[in-house]
Amino acid sequence: MTKVTMTINGKPRSGNAEGRTLLSSFLRDELGLTGTHVGCDTSQCGACVVHVDGKAVKSCTMFALEADGAQVDTIEGQADADGTLNVIQQAFQDYHGLQCGFCTPGMVMSAAALLKENPKPTEAEIRHYLEGNICRCTGYHNIVRAILAASGQDVPAVAAE
Amino acid sequence: MPKDSGIGASTKRREDVRFLTGTGNYTDDININGQTYAWFIRSDVAHGTINSIDASAAEAMDGVLKVFTSADFAEAGGIPCGWQVTDRHGDPMQEPKHPILAEGKVRHVGDPIAVVVAETPEQARDAAEAVEIDIDELEAVIDMKAAVAEGATKVHDDLTSNLCYDWGFVEENREAVDEAIKSAAHVTTLELVNNRLIANPMEPRVAVGDYNRAGDEHTLYTTSQNPHVIRLLMGAFVLSIPEHKLRVVAPDVGGGFGAKIYHYAEEAFVTFAAKVLNRPVKWTCSRSEAFISDAHGRDHVTKIELAMDENHKFTAVRTDTYANMGAYLSTFAPSVPTWLHGTLMAGNYTTPLIYVNVKAVFTNTVPVDAYRGAGRPEATFQLERVIDKAARELGLDPVELRRKNFIQPDQFPYDTPVAVSYDTGNYDATMDKALEVSDYAGFEARRAESEGRGKLRGIGIAHYIEACGIAPSNLVGQLGARAGLYESATVRVNATGSISVFTGSHSHGQGHETTFAQVVSEMIGVDASQIDIVHGDTSKVPMGMGTYGSRSIAVGGSAMVRATEKIINKAKKIASHLMEASEADIELKDGQFSVAGTDKSVAWADVTLAAYVPHNYPLEEIEPGLEESAFYDPANFTYPSGAYICEVEVDPETGEVDMLNFTAADDFGNVINPMIVEGQVHGGLAQGIGQAMMESCVYDEDGQLLSGSFMDYTMPRADDMPMMNVDHSCQTPCTHNPLGVKGCGEAGAIGSPPAVVNAVIDALHRAGHKVEHIDMPVSPARVWKAMHG
Repeated sequence: MTKVTMTINGKPRSGNAEGRTLLSSFLRDELGLTGTHVGCDTSQCGACVVHVDGKAVKSCTMFALEADGAQVDTIEGQADADGTLNVIQQAFQDYHGLQCGFCTPGMVMSAAALLKENPKPTEAEIRHYLEGNICRCTGYHNIVRAILAASGQDVPAVAAE
Repeated sequence: MPKDSGIGASTKRREDVRFLTGTGNYTDDININGQTYAWFIRSDVAHGTINSIDASAAEAMDGVLKVFTSADFAEAGGIPCGWQVTDRHGDPMQEPKHPILAEGKVRHVGDPIAVVVAETPEQARDAAEAVEIDIDELEAVIDMKAAVAEGATKVHDDLTSNLCYDWGFVEENREAVDEAIKSAAHVTTLELVNNRLIANPMEPRVAVGDYNRAGDEHTLYTTSQNPHVIRLLMGAFVLSIPEHKLRVVAPDVGGGFGAKIYHYAEEAFVTFAAKVLNRPVKWTCSRSEAFISDAHGRDHVTKIELAMDENHKFTAVRTDTYANMGAYLSTFAPSVPTWLHGTLMAGNYTTPLIYVNVKAVFTNTVPVDAYRGAGRPEATFQLERVIDKAARELGLDPVELRRKNFIQPDQFPYDTPVAVSYDTGNYDATMDKALEVSDYAGFEARRAESEGRGKLRGIGIAHYIEACGIAPSNLVGQLGARAGLYESATVRVNATGSISVFTGSHSHGQGHETTFAQVVSEMIGVDASQIDIVHGDTSKVPMGMGTYGSRSIAVGGSAMVRATEKIINKAKKIASHLMEASEADIELKDGQFSVAGTDKSVAWADVTLAAYVPHNYPLEEIEPGLEESAFYDPANFTYPSGAYICEVEVDPETGEVDMLNFTAADDFGNVINPMIVEGQVHGGLAQGIGQAMMESCVYDEDGQLLSGSFMDYTMPRADDMPMMNVDHSCQTPCTHNPLGVKGCGEAGAIGSPPAVVNAVIDALHRAGHKVEHIDMPVSPARVWKAMHG
């Protein structure tokens, strides 16, 4: 076991990890940050996406030791301290961009990374960027609409409102 | 103006806040002090004899508490099946034992053999490597027709064959149907496969067992769609734990789609092991493990014949289906190809004679059970594909051929020849709406535009009906169900007027906490924020049957309405006492009780406080308190229906199919929350489009699952899906439940696969390729081969 320290959602956090401990397990099991979810074991589903030093990372593809000293942002740190949802979270609620909620933390973190890179993505760009995030509930329709809304763009009125 | 609250409002979901902030409480988020970890050792061969299991080295390893094998479960029962199907000769289905851990033989890749429990997940996993298991591999039976051939290797030695049942429906119609087909003016025949699928809710299954020795009390936290069903099956049939000593909790559950209905071995294991070890035991399924241990779906091979007279009126339908059960009977498995499939073979049509034959077959594969739609997608796919083929053979418009045979609005209630009675519907209305929304008339211009880009554009139509709101208990009891299928609700009004509703329905993405509160808010007139919906814990909610078969609002919602009506009746009695008026004159509006024709009124909270502080109260007439329960057993199924239209572009060079747009015009009866209903349809469509275009569960001839991970099993991703036009403005309310609702959860998955395949076939035909059928998924390889090969 090795002691690992990282800055998570702006606060220093430490815990123990084996060499084989994945960042996702470290966050969930060692630190109790269970908002990051694990939906597969082949780095396909994206439920575990967090930001490491500002970049979107599937936390199941990174060892905890590799993140030693890093700035890590997770879903738990996205809302304001008083609980106010950030613009992406609020858009997901407003546009019904989630159902069971399991893929949602990864979707929100991926969407945040997208909008940082590309503040006004097209629908096609959003769909392409979400290639690494699987949702089984929504058919992606309202996730795409939520991200368009979060970016301040018009949302197509394809679905009956 | 759209409503902003109550029934019909697109109220934003209250559950979203916890899901969006990482504060949901899924089963894997639950950790109990002193918890241990289970690792299942599963068969890596499809069929074999277990010669020996040597766990001595593993049990000596650091942190290992115990290695369990079937010997530890000598006193336990097998995992029960919830349905008994009687075959066409009057005999019961063959029902093999389904042990918690393999007894002597393994019967599919993934069949659990032993379980290591250790202090940490890593120790359990490491020790599993040290368990020595000697297995003699046997020949596996994978193909269904080979499995029922003379002399085939048997999956279960104690059964007479691999045939679970040979079911005929309606058996009395068999000869008449044969005669009608023989004498028909035209018969269209189609052979097809309904591809095997894996539900893949994004949250893998998890089970945590806990045991309190002082009280001899068991608690199971599990990813279930129906915790009471698990409590009943596991308590009564597997582990012999009486209900009052067994609590089952299904907290936030990350999707189900059927795969989380069933009672699984892992749940019984952790419950049992927690007592043996006197420690909590947790099992978390990996995705790779889910592929070989979650029940699969579909997997039917069918021949359908549609007979018509010279006026193109359908005169008979005959089908012959092989349905895969896998190696054991999962909880609902026998009912899916029979009562959830045969009863829907009339579709939306007036076909007078129908005969459905289903041979259910054991194979050395993972058990197959209900997956979103369950039986109804299989029925719809056959009908809507064969009708399209018939229209093409006869040179008819596929829309007009359907319309000619639609049951008309003045024919309801309509008794089909396959045992069900549709209460209401208007199929021309949904067809009209879909044609309008999809701009069907403008297709030719779009096709020409695609042609200009070298692409083959096609349009596909399907019309579906489903039987939802499962189900009238007396009917399903006659059909072989071993449980009632009512639903329960308790409405507890608190002293200051807030309300807790305890429902037997379970939400795993459907948004019940929002929708159910909208209904009670509308009925009483208190703000929805004052109403809390409690579900998923057998220690809190009355015995309920859970959520599947699009039943929550139709059956669970009806129970809640009945309980709320009792609350209102009692509250009116209290109000009449407080206002010294006749009970008959009391009106409730917007949370205020008033006496008709006067200015007297009391507020909801005054009445609720009086119920719990009964100083001025009609104690001689009614008891204090304000809490009521109701159990609602539906009089009939509900029958949602709809028309689906989609357009695809086929690349003639590669066979790649691009889904361009999808229109769904559904009749769900009344709608409580349009936003949530549309979301349910989107998700159903994605799963149906996934089935039609990319998903497929593939076994090789040795029974190895080739599509065993998200690397191999193609899940629909964001760029596979189009924007979807979803309309639910055609509404013929259900006639037999208090809300007039029909259910919307499965529709998309039922109606969309035939629309997609019809569109692909249409595109190919318009380009001169006389292709009759392509099996799902319509992969580029299959489409290319159909064009060129």
